[in-house]
Amino acid sequence: MKRQIPVLLVFVFGVFMIFQYFSPHEYSEWIYKFLMDWIYIIGIFAMALGIWSLIHVSYDKIKNKRHDWGYSVVTLAALFIMMFFGITGFDENGEWGFYFMTQEGLTNPMFRNFFNHILVPIETTMFSLLAFFISSAAYRAFRARNVLATMLLVSALVVMLRFNPYFGEAVGLYMNKIAAWLLNVPNMAAKRAILIGIGLGMVGTALKVVLGIERGYMGKG
Amino acid sequence: MEFGTFLWTTLGAVLTLAIFSFLYKDNPFYKFAEHLVVGVSAGYWAVILWHNGLVPNLLERLRDGDWYLGWLNSSKPWYLIPAILGLLMWTRFSKKYSWISRWPISMYIGIATGVAIPLEMSNRVNKQLYAAMSKIHWDNFFGHGFLDTAAAYSEIIIIIGTIAGLIYFFFSKAHTGAFGTIAKIGIYILMIGFGASFGLTVMARISLFIQRIQFMHEDWAVVAFEETNPNYGWFQFFFWLVGFIIIAYIARELYVYIKNRDKQMVKPS
Repeated sequence: MKRQIPVLLVFVFGVFMIFQYFSPHEYSEWIYKFLMDWIYIIGIFAMALGIWSLIHVSYDKIKNKRHDWGYSVVTLAALFIMMFFGITGFDENGEWGFYFMTQEGLTNPMFRNFFNHILVPIETTMFSLLAFFISSAAYRAFRARNVLATMLLVSALVVMLRFNPYFGEAVGLYMNKIAAWLLNVPNMAAKRAILIGIGLGMVGTALKVVLGIERGYMGKG
Repeated sequence: MEFGTFLWTTLGAVLTLAIFSFLYKDNPFYKFAEHLVVGVSAGYWAVILWHNGLVPNLLERLRDGDWYLGWLNSSKPWYLIPAILGLLMWTRFSKKYSWISRWPISMYIGIATGVAIPLEMSNRVNKQLYAAMSKIHWDNFFGHGFLDTAAAYSEIIIIIGTIAGLIYFFFSKAHTGAFGTIAKIGIYILMIGFGASFGLTVMARISLFIQRIQFMHEDWAVVAFEETNPNYGWFQFFFWLVGFIIIAYIARELYVYIKNRDKQMVKPS
């Protein structure tokens, strides 16, 4: 009962959605839209579960005064402050208040400032930080030990150096052409093979899930 | 620049420096910024999901008029079903009833995988196969110069490269003989592709790094030194406050380093 009903649900909904794709009937379209709305709503509740989990873990860390618990205070404070600004704001008459059903919170200056001056700088810098780690990993990994490694090294170098202003106009032009050819031809072929492989792999895995062969989503118990 | 805007920009600059400080080692500034972004990001998505997800897709549909408690009188009461299923997900926190959370999850998985099968075949596999099987322009072979000739062979290289790449990933047959030769061509094509993709990724990250440096210089440091600004004194104060914190941290690290080095040099009696 605890495991059979979920497998049956996956099978029924999965098979229905596969056949629905090939049916242009009005009712089929309506049910498709209806079910897509349903999973969107269920997905939102799942996201809420994730946020609750973050609160729970942080609170637990603070309560038990675990290592670096002070940083969990920062996380919780930031979370609640952001949520507070997101549901409060000023209406068209300039009156402040809580707005749960309308979107005044999204235009709240503090909500925008938190987004523009905290979230964006940190996330952008975290991604830019990867430039250093990728370069250092490449320095260690990219050794021209054999033909394959040399091909990897050369194509990466050409793509990276193509906009280098020190090459001069003539060399720069050729570098650009070679880099464009590398990106549009061998890279395209490699990407195409990988994409076809990924697509077939996803279909295979999805079929295993629908047919009940793969049941990892149920967890233990 | 206004005083409030400069304060927010200073905060952005401080957080940028805090994240960059990880290049030295894990430190309190980095940890602070890391935990801050987790909280702000979770809060941001909670608000966005509420305003752009739950309200228009569930609550607006359930309410007819302004009487919220009249949900059962709503013209679309069946939207209560996904709401109840969503709430059932929360049974995961109970040891006794956590199995109930499998129902909404399995419904979600069933619908998502069922949708994915034909869409993946149509949008990924078929589209790529269709593009790979496009017409070859033989007249391109009569170009002038090395690069033109190389370009002429491109269409053939793409077809052979795609087939060879796919064969390389086929592990149900040993890579020997003619099959092995094609698989070898496949790995050459894949290596060039990986190299090019790597180069592009590095360049994207370098662009972001340049953008951060430009932000620190043009939006923050240059503004802090604009003498014509009426808040020049305050801007200077905040700029040098950040500078002082950085210098104090470096001095502390040096002190700890020298102290530990001296301890190691003392021989045990």
